[in-house]
Parts: sequence; structure tokens; C-alpha cells
Amino acid sequence: MSWFLKFVTSSVGRKFVTGLTGLFLVSFLIVHLTGNFSLFRADNGEAFNVYSHFMGHNPLIRVMEIGLVLGFGIHIFTAIYLQLENKKSRPIGYDKVDASANSSLFSRTMFLSGSVILFFLMVHLTNFFVPHRVTGKDVVDGTAVVNATKLDGSALLASDGQPIKDMYISVATAFKNPIYVAIYLLGLILLAFHLNHGFQSAFQTFGLNNKKYFPLIRFIGLILSIALPAGFASMPIYFYFILG
Amino acid sequence: MLDSKCPSGDIKNRWSDHKTNLKLVNPANKRKHTIIVVGTGLAGASAAASLGELGYNVLNFCFQDSARRAHSIAAQGGINAAKNYKNDGDSIYRLFYDTVKGGDYRARESNVYRLAELSVNIIDQSVATGVPFAREYGGYLDNRSFGGAQVSRTFYARGQTGQQLLLGAYSSLMRQVNEGTVKMYERYEMLDLVMVNGYARGIIARNLVTGAIEKFAGDAVVLGTGGYGNVYFLSTNAMGSNVTAAWRAHKRGAYFGNPCYVQIHPTCIPVSGEHQSKLTLMSESLRNDGRVWVPKKAGDKRHPSQIPENERDYYLEERYPSFGNLVPRDVASRAAKKVCDEGRGVGASGLAVYLDFGAAINRLGKEKIKEKYGNLFDMYEEITNENPYELPMRIYPAVHYTMGGLWVDYNLMSNVPGLFVLGEANFSDHGANRLGASALMQGLADGYFVIPYTMGGYIGGTKLEKVDTNHPAFEEAVKSVKDGITKLLNNGGTKSVDYYHKKLGKIMWDYVGMSRNEEGLKKAIAEIKELREDYHKNVRVLGEGEEVNQSLEKAGRVADFLELGELMARDALNRRESCGGHFREESQTEDNEAKRDDENFSYVAAWEFKGLDSEPVMHKEELAFEYVHPSQRSYK
Amino acid sequence: MNFTLRVWRQKNGNDSGKFVTYQIQNISADTSFLEMLDILNEELIAKGEEPVAFDHDCREGICGSCSLYINGRPHGPKQLVTTCQTYMRSFGEGETITIEPWRAKPFKVLKDLIVDRSALDRIIQAGGYISVNSGSAPEANSIAIPKPIAEASMDAAACIGCGACVAACKNASAMLFVAAKVSHLGLLPQGQPEAKERVVSMIAQMDAEGFGSCTNTYACEAECPKGISVTNIARLNREFISANLFS
Ligand SMILES: Cc1cc2nc3c(=O)[nH]c(=O)nc-3n(C[C@H](O)[C@H](O)[C@H](O)COP(=O)(O)OP(=O)(O)OC[C@H]3O[C@@H](n4cnc5c(N)ncnc54)[C@H](O)[C@@H]3O)c2cc1C
Ligand code: HEM
Ligand code: FES
Repeated sequence: MSWFLKFVTSSVGRKFVTGLTGLFLVSFLIVHLTGNFSLFRADNGEAFNVYSHFMGHNPLIRVMEIGLVLGFGIHIFTAIYLQLENKKSRPIGYDKVDASANSSLFSRTMFLSGSVILFFLMVHLTNFFVPHRVTGKDVVDGTAVVNATKLDGSALLASDGQPIKDMYISVATAFKNPIYVAIYLLGLILLAFHLNHGFQSAFQTFGLNNKKYFPLIRFIGLILSIALPAGFASMPIYFYFILG
Repeated sequence: MLDSKCPSGDIKNRWSDHKTNLKLVNPANKRKHTIIVVGTGLAGASAAASLGELGYNVLNFCFQDSARRAHSIAAQGGINAAKNYKNDGDSIYRLFYDTVKGGDYRARESNVYRLAELSVNIIDQSVATGVPFAREYGGYLDNRSFGGAQVSRTFYARGQTGQQLLLGAYSSLMRQVNEGTVKMYERYEMLDLVMVNGYARGIIARNLVTGAIEKFAGDAVVLGTGGYGNVYFLSTNAMGSNVTAAWRAHKRGAYFGNPCYVQIHPTCIPVSGEHQSKLTLMSESLRNDGRVWVPKKAGDKRHPSQIPENERDYYLEERYPSFGNLVPRDVASRAAKKVCDEGRGVGASGLAVYLDFGAAINRLGKEKIKEKYGNLFDMYEEITNENPYELPMRIYPAVHYTMGGLWVDYNLMSNVPGLFVLGEANFSDHGANRLGASALMQGLADGYFVIPYTMGGYIGGTKLEKVDTNHPAFEEAVKSVKDGITKLLNNGGTKSVDYYHKKLGKIMWDYVGMSRNEEGLKKAIAEIKELREDYHKNVRVLGEGEEVNQSLEKAGRVADFLELGELMARDALNRRESCGGHFREESQTEDNEAKRDDENFSYVAAWEFKGLDSEPVMHKEELAFEYVHPSQRSYK
Repeated sequence: MNFTLRVWRQKNGNDSGKFVTYQIQNISADTSFLEMLDILNEELIAKGEEPVAFDHDCREGICGSCSLYINGRPHGPKQLVTTCQTYMRSFGEGETITIEPWRAKPFKVLKDLIVDRSALDRIIQAGGYISVNSGSAPEANSIAIPKPIAEASMDAAACIGCGACVAACKNASAMLFVAAKVSHLGLLPQGQPEAKERVVSMIAQMDAEGFGSCTNTYACEAECPKGISVTNIARLNREFISANLFS
């Protein structure tokens, strides 16, 4: 095990772990977003409610959730570690720095963008995840969560006959709050920044930078950094501005 | 008469026979012997690494902050080796022959033959250490022809051959540091040689960071401290290149060989103004496609494009129809000086000639020229702000290399037992003129392949008494160094070190430069003396001795240049013949070409220091030519 | 041309140092940056003030001695050149020019603008070589090396070890320097036998010296006077990961 510790505590190893967990989080975002699109079904939230119920109760998903928590935890831990170590490398700074002449803003502000994402994440979790799954109190934005119904008004039941909670209403309620919407949008913009640099950066970290295909990786990174945040942003925008 | 200790017999076997006869040192005993190596250029680094590999306890010094920054790093063109990969008739003998002839028959045949012989091993060694030489598509090493040689024997790594060779030697050196056989002393400057009972047994060096004057004792001292071209102030050498180590050894008894042999390179970027601090070399290869010309009329200040073909004087093609623009360096340099002296020089200063690629661009196309010389053209444009694709380049000769140096025998040991001198710092292999791409070869041959054997011969064959730094000789040397420093710091003068350096440079360039005569040389001797006296009265060195003090470092170096300059003029005055880089106006043929005088000057002049107030004493080493018979060089 | 210079002055390693402002006049546009400092120094000496100390030697962009962080950038405003190859025509008339030493934990300031870069040598000592003794090399042409490989190796070998990559990097990382050496040697067949050990020991030394780690901002590549590519860092990462995890 000592070789493993030596690797992950080395400068290159630390970054490798940040990159690995970072890409894992990207994959999570893709899955998460795909699921969330069910919000847009015109079925009174039926599909979305089924989806959230599934996510909340399927044992496999619950196991994967632990992986996700670990992924976030490790990513954040190595990120902070990286940041602190790197700060130490230049105890006396420059008086004048013309950083924009040699590097992109996004690449220089990964810690900042990451921290804002973290803040966003906490808000997000307190909103949906904590009440729904941790405390079991089912209160969103001061309103109690009710059981979900189908379009025809009948109760929506899970396969075991249990009623399914109406998370759709919770989401819709939360996104009526302008402060939440603002925090969400801000978080997502910074997610765009984070991914814009982060995605291609992870490949460089793994040593997968080659003149031939690296432009493609950059391009995919660009697309993801726009599409993922835009996808997530479409929900608060839909609920706040369109459904109003 | 000096004994070169050259072996006799068939020249082909001399080095191998000699090696067999050299004493060996028991491997277990080697680490008990401390060898001080000053210098980390090609010569010093390869020597320190090789001696470390053998197991000696090596102390290695340089004044730069890293061994990798030694001046060898700047060499561009390439390194010769008689590999005959091109199947064009090259051989060890031919390289030997070319070098003796190129040196205008003022080099020692045995040394040159050994150099040619070892040249092939250098390429092998360098490739093994990871030097990324240029290759052909088949994956094998490429060669180019260089410096007017008639065979292609120059190995190169883009325009950075010196850098790559040095990094090769440096990495071997770093490996020895890691293994504990070599201890590095960077930012240290050797300021004196310590002599104990007639043997070189240590050095005194200043720690350039703390200013401490430190003592180092050893069984032998190796100098690979480079050339002294900076005595001219402006040269292609690095700013820090200096003669101090060699000069102080000279003052402790080592003879200085042929100090007047200086190579002036014809293709450098001309001086642009008073602020100029150094000159930049443009690779010699440019003369393969560029045509050298000046206006026919003196004082013609027209824009070059306004000067019609029939009013241009392509003087090299004119005077040397068979070699044309590719005549050797010394010939090309003198020709440029001549036309400028006639008032036909170009540019604002009138001290430049055109190197015109117009015809080549028309013939081969701009792309082809760009491919061949793109980086040089860019460099030229960077410095001059002129586009050489459109305007002809302006070039002028500049001091480049010093063939002279401390006298050494076949073992590369000076007349002082235990003091070895390698690379440009010694006088040995290039005679009166060095061919392109052969300095790198010499530095590495000396360090990788000669000193490891001859050092063993010396250590194994000499009964060395135990000496440590408490010996009174060290105290005496420390005192003399400290006195010198205190004097400079407390001088309280008014003029900067550079002021004097520039003045000295001008005297040297005017009278001990490309063309020399008795009157000028005598004048130089007198003026240098005067300048030296003025220096010691009026130089101003600020700051303290106990910390980084670049003015103080420079002040010591310039003080030595002020002494060396005089010796160079004396040597030039003594040598009333023209040979290689040394042109005496009194000794020329009817058509103004250099005329050698083999009858009277076929010798090495090795000067012994006798104090600044006395004249130095000259010792002769007669040169015998058994294989290559002297003839007058002709490039007509 | 005329300039206002804000120069970092620090007496020695123990001094705390400060900026001092100087005016300098009548500088020809063809003066190099270091020659401009030479002129400043001559003026200072004439006034009885100690000249500004800075590292320099070859003055043609190859030895890697010159450093200087000029107006917020290592080696000044122009790309692909060193400070010694920077000419005053690259600055505006009357411009204020801030000159600082390289800053990084391992690069201690020794005086004014001179820093200690010996950490870079120690990284090479840790493994930046091929272990071959003088005299034991085989015939040079006994191994053919494909031209593109030799060229890529040369591209990396062009590093002059100036430390601009460290100076430019917001984390003061020496990755480009290390990567250049690892690539230069690792690409060549001669360098293969020690490739794994080399990369592991050099990274360990880099970390021990207190350099930061790479976060791929690529500022190093942008400021490298020799244009060393960050693809070398990718190669370093690859080799390091494979040396650690797959062998
Ligand atoms: C611009 C240029 C281009 C060249 N191109 C070529 C070429 O293409 N081919 C070719 O063959 N030759 C070329 N040469 C010549 C060649 O580069 C040199 O002759 C050769 O590199 C000298 O090597 P060296 O080891 O003897 O000395 P250097 O490389 O000069 O090293 C001297 C060493 O001694 C140290 N030193 C000096 N004095 C002291 C002291 N007092 N105390 C401590 N350390 C000291 C220095 O720190 C340095 O490490 C060129 C020269 C120049 C100037
Ligand atoms: C959905 C959430 C996130 C995703 C998808 C994500 C993705 C990534 C990716 C792909 C990388 C690149 C890794 C590399 O260069 O090798 C990265 C780096 C990083 N992330 Fe995240 N990240 C997320 C959340 C966070 C959070 C919450 C933080 C909190 C501090 C954070 C901080 C960082 C830092 C500091 C870096 C590396 C620093 C750098 O390269 O400059 N990230 N991230
Ligand atoms: S002084 Fe040598 S690179 Fe600038």
C-alpha cells in the first residue's frame, strides 16, 4: 500500500485523483441531467416522480450514491489539498502579474469556481436531498411535501403499492423563489467555467494529450461545459420564467 | 627549450602506445585522490564526470549558477568527427591533415592526430548520453559540410550543437554528483592557484554568494576555464568569459602559449551603438548561399536596392575565384576590414559589409531559404529590426575564439606539475587558426578521453606529499587574494570597471586585432600599461565583499585582462610573420596575402611571467612536421 | 526613448527588499533590455550607488542565465525570447517597467534580481541522465532512431533551464522543466532502460524542493522562451502514472 500512498500524495498523483474524480462527477452530471429532463413531460410530474422515487429507493442506486458521495468528497479533498500545497510554493508573490497574457481565466480560477459549485451544491442538497431522504420530514421551502397524483387525479403508487411523494411540486415550488433561482444560475455558470477547463485538463492529467486528437477533447469539453449547465439551467428558467 | 613529451614512432600508434605506458592508479586508491576541476564547459564537465566515474574524489567549480550554463552552451554550428558516414573520403588522417593545415602549421602533429582519432569516440559517447543529433530519414546520423571543409563531417543538433553536447556532459556530471564522486561548487570563482614545493596542490576561490574566500586542496588541478576573447570587450563570448583562472595560474608559474592567436569570425551582427555589450555570431553556414559585397565607390550611402549590379563589388568572389564566399574565416575577416578601411563599408557606422541572399532567393525560392536559415534570419531580425529576406544582411567580423592559452604538453599538463589545462583554455591543437566545429571536438576529447588516462599517469607516477589547506602556502594565497579584493573595494576611484574594459577593448581591437604592425603593437603595449596604472588608481568598485558583488567580480577579471592584453601585444610583436589569425602587415605577399615564415617562427612561444615590472621570458617549443608538410595556404 | 523603472532591490538573502524607482533617458530602441540595465548601472555607479545585480551570461538566449519578471511576465512582453533577447523597441515611450526577480519557494533571492536556481540542478541529479560511463559507448550508428522521434526529443532538449516556467506558473510548478528532460531522454532508445526510475525520482525531487504541482493552466508553455510544449507534461504524467500503477 505504501506505493499507493506515495503515488497519491505526489504532486502528479494528487492531480490524477482530482482528475479521475472530476471525470466521474461529469459522468454523474450527465446521468442526473438525463433523468431530470423528465420534469418537462406534460404529465403533471408523473414521470419525474417515478424517477425520483426510483432514485430514492432502488438499492443499487443507493450503493452508487455512496460512490458519488465519495467521489465528491475525494474531489473536494484533493482540490483543497492541491490548492493549499500550491499556495505554499510561492510564499512571496509578485507585485505585478499579467496572467491573462499566458493563461485562460477559467484555468486560473478552478478553485474559485469549484467553491461556488460547492456552495450551490449545499443549497441544492438542503433543498431536495436532505428533507426528502435524510430527515424524512419532507418539507420544501416551508411547504410539506404531498403524495403525488397522476394526471387523472388518482394516487401515484410504486410497484409495492406505497404512495410516491410529489417531488415535482417541490421542485416547482422551489423554483418560484427568485433567490434560489439566482443561486442556481450562478452555480451553473461557474460549473460551465469549471468544466470548460476541467474536462480537457483531466485528459492532460492522465497523459492523454496528443496533437492529433486533443483538439477533439477540447471540443467535447467545450460542448459539455455549455450543454450540461444549460440543461440544468433550463429547469429553473422553465419553472420561474415560463410557468411563472 | 620546452619538452612536449610527445611520443615518437608511427603517428597512428602514438596515443595507444602512450596509454599503455602510462602508470595506473589502484581503483581502491582513487577516491583518496582529490582532483580539483575548474570549469564546467565541454572540457571541464566531461573531465569532472569521467574522473568521477573512475572513482577519484572530484571538486568541480564554475562561476555561473549552474554547470549547464558554461559558455560552451552557445556553440551553434556543429562538431567534427572523422566517421566518414557520408562515404566521401573522410578519414582520421584527413581530419588530422585538415586541422594541421587549417592551423597554418603552428600546431603539434601528435596532439592533432590524437584529436582526430578520438573524434569518432566523442560522437559515440555523446549519442549514448542522449545528445539528439540531427538524423536522416533512415534514422542514422546526418552530417553537413562546415567551414569550407571538402568533406561532410560535421555532426549537429539544429543550431544548438554546443548546448546539446554540453547537456550530455552535464548530465553525466550530475549523475556523478548523485553518486557522490563529484562535489559541485557553483557560483564560485577561482582566484588563485596554490603551489606547494613546485606542485599545483590547490586553489583559492571566492564564494560569489557569501563572498567568503575559501581554500581547496587536492592532488591535481585541472583548468577548463575557456578562452579570453573578452579582452576585446566586444566579442561573441559570453559576458562572464574571462582569463582569470588561467592568468592567475600563469602568475604562479604556468607558461602562456601563443597569446596573440585570436580568431576573428567574419559573420557577426555589426555593432549598433555605444550601448552594445556583446556581439552575436551568425552561423558561418550563411556564406554557403549569401554573397558578400560592398559598393564599388567609397562613401556610397545609397540604399542597397538602389545600387545597381555593376556598382557592387563582390570582393571575395573577385579575389578568390576558387573559394569565393567560402574562404576561411581569417581571410574573409581581413577582406572585410580592408574594404571598410577603404571607406566602402555600409550601414550607419560604415563598419559592415552586405551578405546578400537576393540571388539565392531568386534561384531557390524564399521557402527553401527559410527552411535552411529561418531561425538565423529570425534572430537577425530580432536584433536589427531589419528583414533579411528583403534587405541584405549587414555583417562584420568579431572576436570569436582564442587559439592561445596555457602551454601544455602531450599529457595536457602545463609546465607546472599537477596543473592540467583542457579545452579553449589551453593552447594546444589549433595552431594559429581553428577550423569551424573543432573546438567542441577538442573540449570533449580532452575531457572524456585524454585526461582520464594522463591523470592516472600523473597520480600513479608521482610521489605526492600529504598537503591540506592548513599549509602556509594556502594562507599566503588567501592573503594575496584578500589584499587584491580589499584594494579594489577601497580604491575610491571615479570610473566604472566597464569604462576601462571598453578602453582596453578599443586598444586591443585597433592594434592587436585583425591586422597588426610593429608600431601599433608598441603603442598598444605602452597604452595598456598606462591604462592599467590608471585603473588601479581610479576604478570605482561599490558594494561589499561579503555578498554578491558583480562589480567586484568584473573588476578582478578586467584587472587580469589589463595584464594579459599587454602580453598578447608582446607576443604579436615578437612574431614577425603572418600566420592564421595573426596577420603582421610587415609579412605579406605581393597581393596582400598572409606570408608565413617557417624558417624563423615554426615554434610555439610560451611566456613565463616575471612580475609586472619585468619583461616576460619566452620559451620556445620547436614544431616539427613529419607528416603534413608546410606550404603557403592559397584560396585563389 | 525614456522609461520609468521600478526595480526590486534587495541587499542579500536576509534583507526584506523593496522597489526602487529610477528614471532612464535617451535609450535607443535597438538597445537590448539588459544593455538598458547596463546603462542604468553605469549611471548608478557614477552617482555612487550600488548597481542592480542580475544574472546574465551569453546574451543570446541560450545559456538560461537571464531571468527577470518584467511587467508581470517572465522574460518580458515578447514570446519565444529570453530577457537578453528583448529589445527596448518592444516597450512604449515613457512606459513604466516593473522588474522583479523570479518568485518561487525554492528560488531564494540572493540579491536584487538574482535568485538561487540550484533546485533545478538537483532535480537533474535525481535522474536526468543516462547512466553510461565515458569510453563504454557503442558505435553511434548502431541504433537507428526514427527522425520524428529524434526531432521530438530535440524539441524537448531545447530547454535552457532558465526557470521561466516556474516563474510563470501560478503554482510555481517545475513540471515543464522536468517534463522536458523526461521527454528528451525518454523518447530516445538509449534513455529507455532508466525511463521509469527517472520519472519517479525526478518528480520526487521536484516535490521535495517545494515546487507546486501542475494544474494545466499552460502558462509555462506560453512563456517558455524555447516554446517547449505541454504535451511533454502529458508524456511525463503518462510515464509517471504507468511507472507507479502499472509496473
Ligand atoms: C557564439 C559561439 C559559437 C561557437 N560555435 C562553435 C561551433 O559551432 N563549433 C565549435 O567547435 N566551436 C564553437 N565555438 C567555440 C566553442 O564553443 C568553445 O571554444 C568551447 O565551447 C570552449 O569550451 P571550454 O570547455 O573550454 O570552456 P567554456 O565552455 O568557456 O567553459 C568555461 C568554464 O570555466 C568556468 N570558469 C572560468 N573561469 C573560472 C574561474 N575563475 N573560476 C571558476 N570557474 C571558472 C566557467 O564557469 C565555465 O564553466 C563557438 C564559440 C562561440 C563564442
Ligand atoms: C459537479 C461537480 C464537479 C465536477 C463535474 C468537477 C469536475 C472537475 C474536473 C473534470 C476537473 C479536472 C481535473 C484535472 O484537471 O485533472 C476538476 C478539477 C478541480 N475541481 Fe472540480 N468538479 C466538480 C466540483 C468541484 C467542487 C465542488 C470543487 C470544490 C472545491 C472542485 C474543485 C476543483 C479543483 C480545485 C480542481 C483542480 C484545480 C485545477 O486544475 O486548477 N470541483 N473538477
Ligand atoms: S543571458 Fe543567456 S539566455 Fe539570456
